[in-house]
Amino acid sequence: MRLRGSALVMTLYLLFLLIPIYWLVNMSFKTNTEITSTFTLFPADFTIRNYVTILTDPSWYMGYVNSIIYVVMNTVISITVALPAAYAFSRYSFMGDKHLFFWLLTNRMAPPAVFALPFFQLYSSVGLFDTHIAVALAHCLFNVPLAVWILEGFMRGVPKEIDETAYIDGYSFGRFFVKIFMPLIASGIGVAAFFCFMFSWVELLLSRTLTSVNAKPIAATMTRTVSASGMDWGVLAAAGVLTIIPGALVIYFVRNYIAKGFALGRV
Amino acid sequence: MEKTQNNKAWFLVLPVLVIVAFSAVIPLMTVVNYSVNDTFGNNQFFWAGLEWFEEMVTSNRLHEALGRQILFSAIILAIEVPLGIYIALNMPKSGFWASVCLVLMALPLLIPFNVVGTIWQIFGRVDIGLLGHYLAELGIDYNYTNDPLDAWITVIVMDVWHWTSLVALLCYAGLQSIPNAYYQAARVDQASRWAVFRYIELPKMAGVLLIAVLLRFMDSFMIYTEPFVVTGGGPGNSTTFLSIDLVKMAVGQFDLGPAAAFSIMYFLVILLVSWVFYTVMTNLDKEEGK
Repeated sequence: MRLRGSALVMTLYLLFLLIPIYWLVNMSFKTNTEITSTFTLFPADFTIRNYVTILTDPSWYMGYVNSIIYVVMNTVISITVALPAAYAFSRYSFMGDKHLFFWLLTNRMAPPAVFALPFFQLYSSVGLFDTHIAVALAHCLFNVPLAVWILEGFMRGVPKEIDETAYIDGYSFGRFFVKIFMPLIASGIGVAAFFCFMFSWVELLLSRTLTSVNAKPIAATMTRTVSASGMDWGVLAAAGVLTIIPGALVIYFVRNYIAKGFALGRV
Repeated sequence: MEKTQNNKAWFLVLPVLVIVAFSAVIPLMTVVNYSVNDTFGNNQFFWAGLEWFEEMVTSNRLHEALGRQILFSAIILAIEVPLGIYIALNMPKSGFWASVCLVLMALPLLIPFNVVGTIWQIFGRVDIGLLGHYLAELGIDYNYTNDPLDAWITVIVMDVWHWTSLVALLCYAGLQSIPNAYYQAARVDQASRWAVFRYIELPKMAGVLLIAVLLRFMDSFMIYTEPFVVTGGGPGNSTTFLSIDLVKMAVGQFDLGPAAAFSIMYFLVILLVSWVFYTVMTNLDKEEGK
């Protein structure tokens, strides 16, 4: 009997989660006249024109390309710098380590709104405004701390005896780290990379502030359409659906670690 | 784990330090600089001392935004935390359905913030949205662009939709770590459902729940994109939260001084909460280590 109750609760909750998404998908396959003039639960006049519009118009699909470029750059930078740091935090105690670890956390918690304007001026003054690297570096603000915390959580689970044995066997630090240690925490690296990817992908405020034309992310492209008069609802919905897809694809692979990632490696 | 004392570890941390310093410390210094200066453009600055801070501390606009922000965060926590725990308790423990639930629940978490806003903007519209349409058919007068209360409800329901899964997933991970023996012992003792929850499940979830509360508090405290897309801070100023107000002030009106003073106070609040959280968490870690 209890099982039945649980199933009911879960069904209701999942329905609550999925109905708004269904509506978006539904709209993306409708024509604009159908959206605004009639109310239908399924597209009566099924069309993929909205998707065609996006995939053939450079001002739309370049948004996706730009987003992917800076997101990948950011992920690579974050993981590369976070790996040695996380190792240091998990293995050694050194002067100021606790303060430093805490300071990193505060950056994950920092409101992007506080940083929007200073970032704009900083990157303008060094000539990086409207480049992919500017957004990638700006997102490091919250992704590097996140990666350090997640990786540290995974590294704590690896016994220290492994390090010591490797050193006795004559491994240098670099060789040990790449050949032995990294494969051991491969899942951790994957999870950290996924979360860096995700948080950079969903962020809008900074990426919009730091770009104008050449590196404009898809999220900003969408907001511009929203504010324009005479809205193209179908295309907007289709663009939204396309931004959900990357997350939906990867989610299956990290489903067992997703809580750990969101908990900053502390589960 | 026993850690070795070794100050050379600083070299391993150095890259992180450099990159975060570049993206956090330098901008923060700019903010501090603006907050104590007045400018008429052309990069000419005049010392203004604490004037902006005084102006901001006594500003009605800030008080109202702060009030709305605190109310919003409080409502969000009051709904999402109990609901998240409840959902976690009802999730299947293992097998195919557990995976399905995990994947579907994680879905809203990975949607770009502005798309979340767009989804709800469309969903709630009376003319073309499913929710708005059916509410109108039921005879409920619902219009989030005109009515402040409706706007609030929409923003809150949207946030519950977006983030309850986070609390649920974290609690679920906490529940999974409880050995089956605990439940068996409880059954032998004929413990009630409530007792099992209160004395077994809740203590085991305490750590993750703390993280969940912190993350939800922080993220709701700096929420920007979702309400901005749905309501644009309106109608009037009714859904203008701190971040929205700040961006309006800094980028919209270019009031750099007040905006910077505002930013610093905003940041100090964040720092304080983070510190409390960090202290509690390290204490929990230590207790577990014993």
